Amino acid sequence: MSGEFTPKIVMFACNWCAYSAADLAGVSRFQYPPNLRIIRVMCTGRINPNFILQGFENGADGVLVAG
Amino acid sequence: MDKCIACGECAAKCPKKVTDTFNAGLATRKAIYVEYPQAVPLKYAIDAGSCIYLKNGKCGFCAKVCPTKAINFEDKPVAVTLQVGSVVLAPGFSTFDPQKLDTYQYSQYKNVITSLEMERLLSATGPFNGHLVRPSDHREPKKIAWLQCIGSRDINRCDHGYCSSVCCMYAVKEAVIAKEHSAEPLDTAIFYMDMRTYGKEFESYYKRAEEEKGVRFLRTRVHTIIEDRNTQDLVLRFVDDNGKLIDERFDMVVLSVGMETSKELAALARRLEIELNADNFAATDCFSPVKTSRDGIYVCGAFQEPKDIPYSVMEASAAACWAEADLAPARGTLTRTKTFPAERPVADEEARIGVFVCNCGTNIGGIVNVPEVAEMAKGLPGVTYVEENLFTCSQDSQEKIKDIVEKKGLNRVVVAACTPRTHEALFQETLRDAGLNKYLFEMANIRNQCSWVHSKEKDAATSKAKDLVRMAVARTRLITSLGQPTIAVEPSALVIGGGIAGMTSALGLADQGYQVYLIEKEGQLGGNARSLLTTWKGDKVGERLAEMIARVTGHQRIAVHTGTSVKASSGFIGNFETVVSGVSGDKVLRHGAVVVATGAEEYKPTEYLYGRDPRVLTHLQLDQAVAAGDPRLASADTVVFVQCVGSREEERPYCSKVCCTHSIKAAIRFKENRPDSQVFIIYRDIRTYGQREYLYKEAREKGVIFIRYGLDEKPEVSDKGDTLAVVVRDHVLGRKIELHANLLVLAAAIVPRDNEALAQMFKLSCNSDKFFNEAHAKLRPVEFATAGIFLAGMAHYPKPIEESIAQAAAAASRAAVTLSQESITVEGVVSHVQQFMCRACGECERACPFNAIAVQEVEDGLRAAVVKEALCKGCGMCAVACPTGAASVRHFGDRSVLTMVETAFAAGN
Repeated sequence: MSGEFTPKIVMFACNWCAYSAADLAGVSRFQYPPNLRIIRVMCTGRINPNFILQGFENGADGVLVAG
Repeated sequence: MDKCIACGECAAKCPKKVTDTFNAGLATRKAIYVEYPQAVPLKYAIDAGSCIYLKNGKCGFCAKVCPTKAINFEDKPVAVTLQVGSVVLAPGFSTFDPQKLDTYQYSQYKNVITSLEMERLLSATGPFNGHLVRPSDHREPKKIAWLQCIGSRDINRCDHGYCSSVCCMYAVKEAVIAKEHSAEPLDTAIFYMDMRTYGKEFESYYKRAEEEKGVRFLRTRVHTIIEDRNTQDLVLRFVDDNGKLIDERFDMVVLSVGMETSKELAALARRLEIELNADNFAATDCFSPVKTSRDGIYVCGAFQEPKDIPYSVMEASAAACWAEADLAPARGTLTRTKTFPAERPVADEEARIGVFVCNCGTNIGGIVNVPEVAEMAKGLPGVTYVEENLFTCSQDSQEKIKDIVEKKGLNRVVVAACTPRTHEALFQETLRDAGLNKYLFEMANIRNQCSWVHSKEKDAATSKAKDLVRMAVARTRLITSLGQPTIAVEPSALVIGGGIAGMTSALGLADQGYQVYLIEKEGQLGGNARSLLTTWKGDKVGERLAEMIARVTGHQRIAVHTGTSVKASSGFIGNFETVVSGVSGDKVLRHGAVVVATGAEEYKPTEYLYGRDPRVLTHLQLDQAVAAGDPRLASADTVVFVQCVGSREEERPYCSKVCCTHSIKAAIRFKENRPDSQVFIIYRDIRTYGQREYLYKEAREKGVIFIRYGLDEKPEVSDKGDTLAVVVRDHVLGRKIELHANLLVLAAAIVPRDNEALAQMFKLSCNSDKFFNEAHAKLRPVEFATAGIFLAGMAHYPKPIEESIAQAAAAASRAAVTLSQESITVEGVVSHVQQFMCRACGECERACPFNAIAVQEVEDGLRAAVVKEALCKGCGMCAVACPTGAASVRHFGDRSVLTMVETAFAAGN
């Protein structure tokens, strides 16, 4: 083990708001750490609790649901 | 402009810095710029007045670095002649420039800013990324004051006698947001004359700001601001409610500047030959609030009168409604339809995925190692073709993709580039051109969500881009072709409610050529307007109403059903079937849209001797008495009005919006008929918003006396035989006074009707005050969340005639969007139910916000959930709610989402 702990984060983003906000962060050139993977869904209402557990199961250290 | 991909290379290289006017001068931008990050279309432009090349002929860095050769210095403005049938003016407003007011020293004191500057300071895309700091030293403020009515309600210094309508609400909002943005507890104080929070849900927001968030409200006008030269803090001097002179120190002062029409706009109005009123707003009539003085030219938004977003949006749709009616015969004559080749069935084929990785000039390629990403993609299962492009979105790339799909027999395409939010539709069209279903496409967002946000970490960005492509490919293997069925539309509408709103919607639709069924519960049309005397501008309601009724009943496309109510309804957008019940029995109507315009009614007061003493009247009763020539009115020596009877109280916390104006209009009438009579208005805040403010001014000039009261000390009314005694504490004298009234007029609240049955039938929701809920308070003010059903008039919220008319025309316009189509195309991303797994528990039906899924009998004795695809938005809430897994969403099935989770970190980060 070397260096700082960098958590792996899976993010479920609503197509209509959070996903667009993430795009806008890009347009504005905001910089944030690259350890985040965004998965687009049509609504955060689509997020089955199982999706979140599956995130951890597959090695994520954090799951972010934004919408 | 077509070539610009908004990569921003030009602005990065441009050496010329200029003041950023969008950020209210608080930041700088370059001479080549995009005005704000959300701009549509997102394209850079050169500010010719600042560009070094355009001024001196030297520089041109932007042209050198532009990867798509989009910069053309030779571009000149061109005059274009258009032949049009209607014109809609939506030019907006300018904010008042407070430099003219030396009291506030806006141009001298750095920490005195305007409300628009405050908006930018609080914005995440503003000059400090939403971090709240004051301009002088970039320190976080601890105390901020807002001063209201700067450039509004002021004829002394700025010649703007009107109220700008929106400033009270935005000041409250800014104070609440400022508190949220502040790390330390922030003290906020709003200095005001009357709090005008008269819109839907506004009053409760105001109360929450005061009681829960601790925003302070001080009813006074600040007399002087003095800057402390050492700290640049600001000392405000004012007189409080008890007449005491107070000095209070603040870190920052926000001037709540009003709205005005610019000189340029006034000049445009003159060129267009439309009339402006004395305040330079477009002159309109209460019964046609978006029609200018010139036929065929319509107006909407703050150029008509200062107003907020929801009402501007309503007016915009209203203008579209009437412009459409003018153009109805020409509808569809200039449209062209694109044809696509037949879709190739791919269900039986193995996945043959093509991956196109975009460099986006250097936007992606300059950070992400694109060849490495492409190389990785070649090894992914199902991928049979990989290509890098300089610009995957360019026209020649589209041709190439089409060609390769055909030649290589690809059956799915992944584009790793910018974002599906802007480019998915373009690539989907290319797939359709190549004979593939548009849903066989997926994007990996390696620009907006990768290279642009990790520009300093090239390796990590490359690694992330690989993951994103891997995730997209994994998902693409599982996606399938989806059908997009079309559903025929019945080109007719049901309008429920025959008041002014319902009749306006009916006329709006019928004038555009659609059949309308207008249902009125009462025996005659007209609703509340039958009891009203005049609008605030003085139009005689009775005459105008009679004209309107005559037009409705005489219209060949409007079938009026009075004495009729709605019994049952089924169906969905484009295809409703409603049973109405009237004197001649039940009738089944087929229609494509519904407008709910059921209105509201006047509250029957229980207070102030109402119902026990005939001298106590409500507003509607007063108007009826005037119309009937009631002799008591002319003989009344003293008339007292009491405001907010049943409004802005615990039981009914909302403001009824119309009562202040109505009382003042009536008070003026008393004074005009008998100048020697005494007229008192006992009020809490006078809410004569917009140009109604002039009525308030006129009333005071005519000698109407205004006495303020608070909820803790309501006026007391008792019967003294000849007169009614009204005891109230006078806010100027500071003591109780007794008035002897011959007539007491109560500004009774406007209360919603019993909407329960209708809400159940059409699955509509109501707010806590029992008014119907629109789909979105700001942006969709006339639509319900359920597609095909629209809302207008006082069923939405109390409002005056002109606003009911604008909203009703807007509802007609929105309904016509559906009715003008022969059929509607259902999106492919919708829910579906596997019936054999469904146990008809109804969880999905309860979860659905769009009324798109319901349990019903599907065959003899078998019940199951059925999706109304035309209503489904593909949100997937039913799929999550379903306990058996019978309900799922096409294109976003569990597997196709989870496979992305499984592959999210395959590169090991």
